[in-house]
Amino acid sequence: MNDAVTLPETAEAAGPLTAKDYKSAYKPIWCPGCGDYSVLGAVTRAFALVQVRPENIAVVSGIGCSSRIPAYTSCYGFHGVHGRSLAAATGLKVARPDLTVLVAGGDGDGYSIGGNHFLHACRRNVDLTYIVMDNHVYGMTKGQPSPTTEPDWDSKLAPGGTGVRSFHPLVIALASGANFVARAFSGDPNGTAEIIAQAIRHPGFSFVEILSPCVTFRPEQRSWKEQARPSPVGPTGDAAQAARRLMTDDGFNIGVLYTGDRTPYPLGPRGTRRSIAELEAEFTL
Amino acid sequence: MKVISRPESQSRTGTASPAGEAATSISIALAGSGGSGVMTAGNLLLDAAAKAGLYGLMVRTSGPQIRGGEAAALLRLARRQTESLDDGFDLLLAIDWQNINRFADEIPMRASGVLVGDSDEGEPPEVFLEGGARFVSLPLKKIAKAIPGSWINMVALGVSGALAGIPAEALEEALRASWKRAETALQANLQALRAGIEAGAQIEGVPRMTIGAAGAAPAAPRWLLSGNEGTGFGAVRGGIRFVAAYPITPATEVLEWLAPALTKVGGTLLQAEDELASINMIVGASYGGVPSLTATAGPGLALMTEGIGLAVGAEVPVVVVDVMRGGPSTGIPAKSEQSDLSFAVSGLHGDAPRLVVAPTSIADCVATTQWAVELAETLQSPAIVLSDQFMGQSRAIVERPADPGFSAKRLVVEANAPDFKRYRDTPSGVSPMAIPGTPGVVYTADGLEKNEGGIPSSQARDHMTQLEKRQRKLAQYDYGRWWADIEGEGDAAIITFGSVTGVAREALSRLAARGVTVKLVALRLLAPALPEKLEQALEGVRRVLVVEQNHSAQLFRYLRAMYDLPGKPASFHRPGPLPMRPGELADVILEWRQQ
Repeated sequence: MNDAVTLPETAEAAGPLTAKDYKSAYKPIWCPGCGDYSVLGAVTRAFALVQVRPENIAVVSGIGCSSRIPAYTSCYGFHGVHGRSLAAATGLKVARPDLTVLVAGGDGDGYSIGGNHFLHACRRNVDLTYIVMDNHVYGMTKGQPSPTTEPDWDSKLAPGGTGVRSFHPLVIALASGANFVARAFSGDPNGTAEIIAQAIRHPGFSFVEILSPCVTFRPEQRSWKEQARPSPVGPTGDAAQAARRLMTDDGFNIGVLYTGDRTPYPLGPRGTRRSIAELEAEFTL
Repeated sequence: MKVISRPESQSRTGTASPAGEAATSISIALAGSGGSGVMTAGNLLLDAAAKAGLYGLMVRTSGPQIRGGEAAALLRLARRQTESLDDGFDLLLAIDWQNINRFADEIPMRASGVLVGDSDEGEPPEVFLEGGARFVSLPLKKIAKAIPGSWINMVALGVSGALAGIPAEALEEALRASWKRAETALQANLQALRAGIEAGAQIEGVPRMTIGAAGAAPAAPRWLLSGNEGTGFGAVRGGIRFVAAYPITPATEVLEWLAPALTKVGGTLLQAEDELASINMIVGASYGGVPSLTATAGPGLALMTEGIGLAVGAEVPVVVVDVMRGGPSTGIPAKSEQSDLSFAVSGLHGDAPRLVVAPTSIADCVATTQWAVELAETLQSPAIVLSDQFMGQSRAIVERPADPGFSAKRLVVEANAPDFKRYRDTPSGVSPMAIPGTPGVVYTADGLEKNEGGIPSSQARDHMTQLEKRQRKLAQYDYGRWWADIEGEGDAAIITFGSVTGVAREALSRLAARGVTVKLVALRLLAPALPEKLEQALEGVRRVLVVEQNHSAQLFRYLRAMYDLPGKPASFHRPGPLPMRPGELADVILEWRQQ
């Protein structure tokens, strides 16, 4: 697409790749028992399911515990600044449509500081997959309430709770125009891998909210494994129906909830190729 | 700090203007309330002057209203290339006088000047007549009304064109060339134009510029462009193929010019939701191997600083154009000021070396932006281009600038290169970059401090290695002769940057005509500082005067901090929004030399 620089040509996968082929040698900094380990496993399994070569995948993140995930894969990684992963990934994907771009982060990064980008990424519908490892807490800064934290959760920063109702990312994603909406649970890595693979394959902006417990600052989230259950209904293509279901469930129905058919943001060069000299002509007297 | 102030006794139009200057250029202001079409008339007058073989520029000025407020096109038409307004105006033609008094400071009338207004609009504001200019009333509206389907601004174009001495054929040709509506309306407006020319020809006492008999078309090919268009063109010619855009005055035209241009060369422009997004989008795109740029103004640059810091730390090349306007905060959005300099050279957290360049003229917006692309890509660093509203939004007729040939040349690593380390501590400080899609050399770009392999590290040794690497790659690079425009000789020198350079050039040429020689150093590279280069440039210079358009002498303070200036350095600085005038600066220089 570019005559200014020579870009590598992305090659097809040569043979069956396994989840192991997508893991790097680096040991995660996460606490023992963190849900993000399972998510990492699910991500590498999902990559094996879609069989895209690691060098043709970019994993883009912001700041937070879960945002450390890019370097734990064998793919190209981009660990940017807090809250801006979707912006960086959008630029990357629009400039390099040949790459598969997975965006990853946590609830603070995605819903608080990055909230505006979340709305516009859903609306813009660039072909990206966005996974949020939601643990309802800022873990890296050691336990402050995030937008998905319950209003009565006691913490040093908000003694007695924030008193502020929590954010509903899935409904907001639907209302903003995301083309694929799913909820996953880190306690089910195989199911999560399937959902992520489906999200990658789905055109446009795919959003996967993954309940991923923080056993260090939210030990009560260990009970999520009792609460999470497969959604009793399959995905719908009707956004209003999906929204109604999401507004009335208890937040633990797991599965693909909405698959849309909006046209994705157009990628790649548009229009005919002209020379720089032709551009200059408009200044010439 | 030695501060030179504007002499109290100075007249509004300056004292250093040589006699005879009026003969080589003429200054015209076309004013009226919004919708009166003065900007269109001004643009056509400049187009006509170009067709007649002249040079010149048009500066736009308007009130704060989005639409419908007072507006004025400030033109200077000249025999030779100029990028400065003159000290005073020879002609102010107003379609109406509504709120035009707000332009009193921006449109200082010469004593010999003429005001032309509509007979039905009453007397002009007294402030324009104080200096001795006289008033001529013309029935502009009635002339237009008598020709069904014609517009009053075309009458105004004819009057001002005739007073400037622009041939009728050039005016008609300009109108025809720009016409995009029905043929019948064109005929009506050509008639209005001719009626205006006739009315203007009857006004006596205006110093007219006589165009040479042969049309005096200069031999050199010429361009007509605004600085913002030039910035866009320089970006594309340098190799920019991805742009993220968030609209902001006065930078929007850079983005609007780039949108269709990029499509034509196989690139993409994406509208971002805010400046936090636009900077991170271009960092992401450039990480993907595609040279990337965004353009903004001060408020946007402030929002972008965290992302620019990421580009420093992760060593991702990006170009950020800042078309400076009055600040702080929202400030004065549509007026020029050079007050983002301190912020551009030092406004990032941490020890964060970056490139800052500034075009020295409207035409130079092309080359300097093109250079910024090459520097950013070669040095894997953010480059900030400091343009300003005056050069960005003004249109000028200039000699076609040569293509300096700068282009994006990024050092990239081959597939499966053995022992690849993205942040290797090389002698030049530049380390080969892996572009996603290249097998065998994957890495994670990171804003965290890292070791040479790119793995996050908080160790003192790794931090020091990477700090030194990032600083060394900018400090060691050979910037060649492009770091500054150095003109003239003398034991005294003016140091300046940006659009003030055009004013300084004219002030110094006027002084040279009077036997006063002063050297000019217009800095194109503002960061990193190059003390040895400036020392060489100032060899034999005993004193310097730093000239800039801001309130806190930002360039002066920066130079005092980074360079060893000879003698007792002096500063002449004043904020926008009023453009600096050559006569004003010449007076300041004369006073400074006497001290």
